[in-house]
Amino acid sequence: MRFLRRQVLTVYAVLALAYLFLPIGVVVAFSFNNPRGRFNFTWEGFTWKNWTNPFGYPGVSGALKVSIEIALVSSFAATVLGTLIALALVRYRFRGSATTNLLIFIPMTTPEVVMGASLLTLFVNWRIAQGFGTILIAHILFNISYVVVTVRARLVGFDRHLEEAAMDLGANELVTFFRVTLPLIMPGILAAGLLAFALSIDDFVITYFNAGATVTFPLFVWGAARVATPPQINVIGTAIFVIAVTGMLANILFQQIRSKRGVVAV
Amino acid sequence: MLHRRKGAIPYALLAPGMGWLLLFFVVPMWYLAKMSLSSGLFPTFSFSWAWGNFHDAITAYQVQFIRSGEYAAIATAIALAVSYPLAYWIAFRGGRWKNLFLLLVIAPFFVTYLIRTLAWETILSDNGIIVHALQDVHILGSNGRLLATSAAVIAGITYNFLPFMVLPLYVSLEQVDQRLIEAAEDLYASRARAFARVTLPLSLPGVFAGVLLTFIPAAGDFINAQLLGTPRQYMIGNIIQSEFLAVRDYPTAAALSFVLMAAILVIVLAFARILGTERLTVSA
Repeated sequence: MRFLRRQVLTVYAVLALAYLFLPIGVVVAFSFNNPRGRFNFTWEGFTWKNWTNPFGYPGVSGALKVSIEIALVSSFAATVLGTLIALALVRYRFRGSATTNLLIFIPMTTPEVVMGASLLTLFVNWRIAQGFGTILIAHILFNISYVVVTVRARLVGFDRHLEEAAMDLGANELVTFFRVTLPLIMPGILAAGLLAFALSIDDFVITYFNAGATVTFPLFVWGAARVATPPQINVIGTAIFVIAVTGMLANILFQQIRSKRGVVAV
Repeated sequence: MLHRRKGAIPYALLAPGMGWLLLFFVVPMWYLAKMSLSSGLFPTFSFSWAWGNFHDAITAYQVQFIRSGEYAAIATAIALAVSYPLAYWIAFRGGRWKNLFLLLVIAPFFVTYLIRTLAWETILSDNGIIVHALQDVHILGSNGRLLATSAAVIAGITYNFLPFMVLPLYVSLEQVDQRLIEAAEDLYASRARAFARVTLPLSLPGVFAGVLLTFIPAAGDFINAQLLGTPRQYMIGNIIQSEFLAVRDYPTAAALSFVLMAAILVIVLAFARILGTERLTVSA
């Protein structure tokens, strides 16, 4: 009976994972489709041509370039700003820390339409033309909270004795920070940066409200979907998926090897 | 670490990031609030304490508000039912492959949101296998369809926000001390009872966080209704979006935004009270 129940749970978990991957299978399969019309919704036949010509639909490469630029800049800026906040929150007691925590938490619980709309209202009021700059402002904004939460989780489990040891051995505060603290919290900072990059490159709603005439990759997909769904969309979607998953797999394997060697996994 | 000038340092660390949040989150909310009480036509709106905007917005779009709540609640419930056993399985049976299984859960979400949703459009389409299978077993009539129905929109929402449910559930289940479950079983609790009295209560913070993180974006979503539904399935997000970007009736759209936020807040607080986890909202 107990054995059976174990199997029931495993079967359920496998089914749930299959459900998660069903649409991804469709995306990958249809990147090899050879649609006759403008829409890529029914299977017409296998072809390599979408993969040999991934930017063969007008506007795709430009949109992708904008998305990558915004993701790089916004994830970097948000990681710096968010890490500083996390350091202040974990390392110091100060007046206003409760308010700070609240102000970090609220943006994550604000529906995206509302956040996008409020920024739109701001830019209209200040007569700021919408475009690349306003998208960047918005992406840095929604990423900060996620960076703070991620880095803070790392800092909370930090052994302060390591810093004290460095200072006892004559290192000053700055040297201690750059030689001890920063390397130890680096995995957390990198994880936060990657999360921010992923959130930025995938964002549609907030960008949609604040893009002006600038087109990011999700905006391109949205615009294209009204008149056509070129299989190149699937090719790029699959490529981003494969790159991201390969990177994360490598990270997991690396950690496994490290922990086997007995290096403290921080 | 830093001992001197302790008073000023935290504020110096906070200043750039919190400045950004104040300037581009708090200030815009203030403008949005002012806009919700303004009147006039695009592009010249003037602040006039127009409380009527709220009344008009609610009466005009009551249907979409209720629909958003329903869709989001159903999607959240299904997501919980799918995710809890999965998170439980990874946490307790994953062994040293836990991280790999977690990766499998997150991986699908590295395909752009819109592309994922378009894939559901393919899966649920009239020529797709699911529709044909349901027609064969007569759950759907021979002309029955899935696309452009509430079911399709709810299915899309459920799928798209699933990691927000799985991850917090996993985190709280992973922290459950196995010895507590063993102790319950040593004291002659059946497995079901040990689960109901030990594991489940200890995982409630994860349930709360997961429900919160799923329900909020689900209630504000408009992409699924747009791509998988028709105007008859439109949610309040669709209305806010079109009022802002197509109709350009900013005051109505701003009022709708605040009603949505207030409604979500009320539902979240009520839910917190039911679960008895008010304390946890702070740490969530």
